Amino acid sequence: MRVLAAMSGGVDSAVAAALAVEAGHEVVGVHMALSRSRDQFRTGSRGCCSIEDASDARRAADILGIPYYVWDLSETFEETVVADFLAEYQAGRTPNPCVRCNERVKFEALLDKATALGFDAVATGHYARVVERPGPDGTTRRELHRSPNAEKDQSYVLAVMGPDRLERAIFPLGDFTSKEEVRAQAARRGLAVSSKPDSYDICFVADGDTRGFLRDRLGSRPGEIVDTEGAVVGEHDGAYAYTVGQRRGLALGRPAADGRPRYVLDVRTDSNTVVVGPAELLTVNRIAGEKATWLVETASLADPTDVAVQIRAHGAPVPACVRASDDGAGLQVELTGPRLRGVAAGQSVVVYRGTQVLGQATVSRAWRDRAAAPGAVSAPGGVSGSGA
Amino acid sequence: MTPGAYLDHAATTPVSAAALAAFVDEAQRPGNASSLHAAGRRARRVVEESRESIARALGARPSEVIFTGGGTEADNLAIKGIFWGRRAQDTRRTRVLVSAVEHHAVLDPAFWLAGHAGAEIVLLPVDGEGRLDLDALRADLAAHAEETALVSVMWANNEVGTVQPIREVVRLAHQFGVPVHTDAVQAVGQIEVGFAASGVDALTVTAHKLGGPQGVGALLARRDLAIEAVQHGGGQERGVRSGTLDVPAIRGFAVAVEEAVTALPERAAHLAALRDALVTGVATAVPEAVLRGPDPLADPSARLPANAHFTFPGAEGDSLLYLLDSAGVQASTGSACQAGVPQPSHVLLAMGVPEAEARGALRFSLGATSRADDVAALLGALPAVVARARTAGLVGKGLS
Repeated sequence: MRVLAAMSGGVDSAVAAALAVEAGHEVVGVHMALSRSRDQFRTGSRGCCSIEDASDARRAADILGIPYYVWDLSETFEETVVADFLAEYQAGRTPNPCVRCNERVKFEALLDKATALGFDAVATGHYARVVERPGPDGTTRRELHRSPNAEKDQSYVLAVMGPDRLERAIFPLGDFTSKEEVRAQAARRGLAVSSKPDSYDICFVADGDTRGFLRDRLGSRPGEIVDTEGAVVGEHDGAYAYTVGQRRGLALGRPAADGRPRYVLDVRTDSNTVVVGPAELLTVNRIAGEKATWLVETASLADPTDVAVQIRAHGAPVPACVRASDDGAGLQVELTGPRLRGVAAGQSVVVYRGTQVLGQATVSRAWRDRAAAPGAVSAPGGVSGSGA
Repeated sequence: MTPGAYLDHAATTPVSAAALAAFVDEAQRPGNASSLHAAGRRARRVVEESRESIARALGARPSEVIFTGGGTEADNLAIKGIFWGRRAQDTRRTRVLVSAVEHHAVLDPAFWLAGHAGAEIVLLPVDGEGRLDLDALRADLAAHAEETALVSVMWANNEVGTVQPIREVVRLAHQFGVPVHTDAVQAVGQIEVGFAASGVDALTVTAHKLGGPQGVGALLARRDLAIEAVQHGGGQERGVRSGTLDVPAIRGFAVAVEEAVTALPERAAHLAALRDALVTGVATAVPEAVLRGPDPLADPSARLPANAHFTFPGAEGDSLLYLLDSAGVQASTGSACQAGVPQPSHVLLAMGVPEAEARGALRFSLGATSRADDVAALLGALPAVVARARTAGLVGKGLS
């Protein structure tokens, strides 16, 4: 096959490209430039966007003996991932930019362009497995599964890609059980990126300062922080910068009457108010999702065996009963085991059966059954790097 | 050389056999041209003979040749050195006039001066073919001559090949007492370049565009031109450019310049004929392609003989470049890159080309080793490449 290896400049995508070459594919390395004004060097734990990262990718391609190009996807990235990030926060929701990047940039803009230019597939350094099974009529069905490396598993941020795009994706690191093994493979091939640190932060937010980034882009909008009784307990610079479930950075003037820590319970962008309260009010057992995409027939959800949902990239899956709406665009989740704390609108809810990804949706609402009036509750903004 | 059709000689062109032999021969001999012993004297003699040879070929005096580490360094020395030298004579002289289509090696030092030395940069406009607007130059000089440190206008453009009206620029600037620098990196070896005859005060030339080694060049500068050193140290090259002279590279440079200038009439005719075949061939193979820069069939002297440049509507330059590269044809988007990302060309934008069209640009540049086969390889691959790139260019359009 003609394979485009997406090369970020990191060790995972370099080894993925190497494995694609060794599998006998005709491989071309492409580094996506996601910003036109790029820093010269990597700083902190941002992992993809400096000129140094592009140079590292180029050196890896040299060593693998494959052609290498940089494609400018900065406009697409700004118009989809960054714009969505800002709009979602502005609406009081908690987006996952790595999910959006996989959905709109890596497995849409890049993959479609690659296809148009004659490539059969895109290979990335994601930790997830594609399992091929014989279909009903002699066809082959592709299933997306978790990586056996639970710590690095990225199936959560890939769930959004949908079946058509999964057909054209290759994850050569799918069977790796440890990052050390990937680093060893890189070292064995003389790839200098073998000891490069992992990336975690959101790549387009300098210093990991999400609130500062939002303030720069959305402007300062001072308002009040109130408790569940409506009493003013503090001030903020813009309600949009808060995430349901967040505890740190609240700078509350008045301590709670009971002295217990308080968390963000609700972000009301219409009144520019942040509501805080005790942790137990964050606990939910029901989640509604929208913009669902499915990698399996939704009818299969009728069988509840081993079905679980996950609401954060590295969160634990919890058993659930999941129903898709008739048109498949929405889903309803009822947790059947432990409850979840801090589920934010805007996060992705990913549905698994065992290790297999069944589908995903964007959380629109989460609530407790017993609550008289369901209120949207959300989670700490645990956005983790998608890598690759 | 990499197999396939190499159509990017404006980026760099192979070292000629004679220049390579001279370089290799010299590299085997010891000697720092600043040393006083026999080995040093021998090296110095090679440098001075090379200087004389380059001066002769370019119509300059040997003492006007300042060796540098290439074109970018020579441009930096010219822009910064002349700015500082002229301002030291008269503190009012803070304006730097540069054409909007200059190479970044001229634009960036100029804008650096604006940010660090109080310079005011005036970008002189060009017409739709990239030719300098002389009326704009005249008007600016008439209003601000006393505050103007220098004018810098390239001899010929590196992207679209437009030959600038250097003599008129010099006549105008000198009328107002302002010196002129010209970046002749692309011109030397392709068209006749005479330093004294042109009247320019400083001229940049580099070896690797005309068959010499990479990493060596020169600034030709009149002896009476006020120019401050940018690089300080051992006081080599009139004290204007310190640093041990790269004797093998300088000798290879001199051999290449002499060869290129001697061969010029014949070589230019060969290049122009090949280029004209390329231009007409592209027009036939891809009728929607738009030739940028002067039409060489209308006025051959308006454009460098080795340059052709097109935009391909609906196609992205990076797709075109990748697809041609896979087909064994090496070309360039022509514009500056940042870590390999082609930016929309400031040259095309200055010519009034809309940004969307500027994205689909390709430059084809020929050299002494170019053959009809290279053009044939391009023309054979191009229709399918453009069709495919246009399909890829439609991806994502109209979606949100």
